[in-house]
Amino acid sequence: MRKYASNGFYAYLRRDLLQSHRRLGEAASPLIFFVMASTLVPLGITPDPASLAEIASGIIWVFALLATMLSVGGLFAGDYQDGSLEQLLISPQLLVMPVLGKVTAHWLITGLPLTLVSPLLGLMLSLPEAGYLPMTASLVLGTACLSLLGAVGAALTVSLQKGGMLLALIVMPLYMPVIIFGAATVQYGIDGLAWTAPLAILGAMLAAAIALCPLAIASVLRLTSIN
Amino acid sequence: MGNPSLISIENLRFERDDTAVVSCDQLHVNVGEILQIEGPNGSGKTTLLRLLTTALQPQEGTILFCGKSIAECRFEYLSDILFIGHQSAVKLTLTAEENLAWMAESDLSSAASLRALESLGLAGYSDIPCYKLSAGQQRRVALARLLLSDARLWYLDEPFTAIDRDGVKLLERCMEDHVSSGGAVVVSTHQDLDVQDVRRYSVLGEPLLRAYS
Repeated sequence: MRKYASNGFYAYLRRDLLQSHRRLGEAASPLIFFVMASTLVPLGITPDPASLAEIASGIIWVFALLATMLSVGGLFAGDYQDGSLEQLLISPQLLVMPVLGKVTAHWLITGLPLTLVSPLLGLMLSLPEAGYLPMTASLVLGTACLSLLGAVGAALTVSLQKGGMLLALIVMPLYMPVIIFGAATVQYGIDGLAWTAPLAILGAMLAAAIALCPLAIASVLRLTSIN
Repeated sequence: MGNPSLISIENLRFERDDTAVVSCDQLHVNVGEILQIEGPNGSGKTTLLRLLTTALQPQEGTILFCGKSIAECRFEYLSDILFIGHQSAVKLTLTAEENLAWMAESDLSSAASLRALESLGLAGYSDIPCYKLSAGQQRRVALARLLLSDARLWYLDEPFTAIDRDGVKLLERCMEDHVSSGGAVVVSTHQDLDVQDVRRYSVLGEPLLRAYS
């Protein structure tokens, strides 16, 4: 039984990473979106460093959220279309482990790279120096939350041809607490307050999401297969 | 009868929008038997197979596995079946060998998957991404799972789609070998099977007939 549980996680993690490796261009597009959209802000609003510094943390967080949301929609779509989702549903192993493997792969492909390039965008948007560490720390935890919550929406919209907009409507309210505490972490850091407090709440949210989201995803996927 | 059948279906009903898609009063699958499910298009062959794989839940009736309801022995049952459907679940960006690796229920040695691919005529294709293979070859990649699994019950939904004549013969031999070594096969196909001891079960195809009358 234990063997089945661990196998499901690593097999699906490995498979999804391998698939992204074969299609690097597609896998890199959320990251490119994140960088390009953030570049538009100084062009569209103001290039003045003092004004940018005030909104930098919020901008980076909003675009990290949008980049995750745009990429998470396809998490189960390919599996649904080619029949591998059905194979997963009728396998004897626990559904939560493969699901967690897939979400982990999604985070490694999108959330982690977003976090790694965020200091560069901070530099471009004149983020105050005290904000870098809180930003990176909050994005590591926050993007993992976003991947997990987004996967619930992806599972709910898996059978729809064009579920993109519906996915956004489902997922946005779930993302609100994440962005509130994520952006607060950075702002606290800049203002010299104890930024580990909102970060700890973000960590608690992630812990809850790891425990609950795979269960929700698994039961939603079972429901969609019935129709 | 000393031993209960591997699979027994009793009064199975599945409805969609108030139309009975599958209605099966009694059906048994015994060890050492190939059961061919026949019926016109839209008569519910795929639905019957999906009910058997638990991908769909029936509104009424029970499916017994070795005398026990499959809801009671879910793990044992699902460990003992292999389903290959219309959609082959082959990932096009991955190679044939990588596909077999993720589909395998346990750790798979590279030598074993190469041997399986070789017996299905895919020697030399194991490290090519599947999108470069033809439809028939992709189908063969999916069917290679048959040789690697130790499941007793095979559920095959139209397994001959896109397969050439030699491939059909090969698959028929595979099925015969499987049933002679204590397995059972449920296969839906419109073709006449050239195998020994095939038993036919015809689904009525009520929805379609009603539409005509």
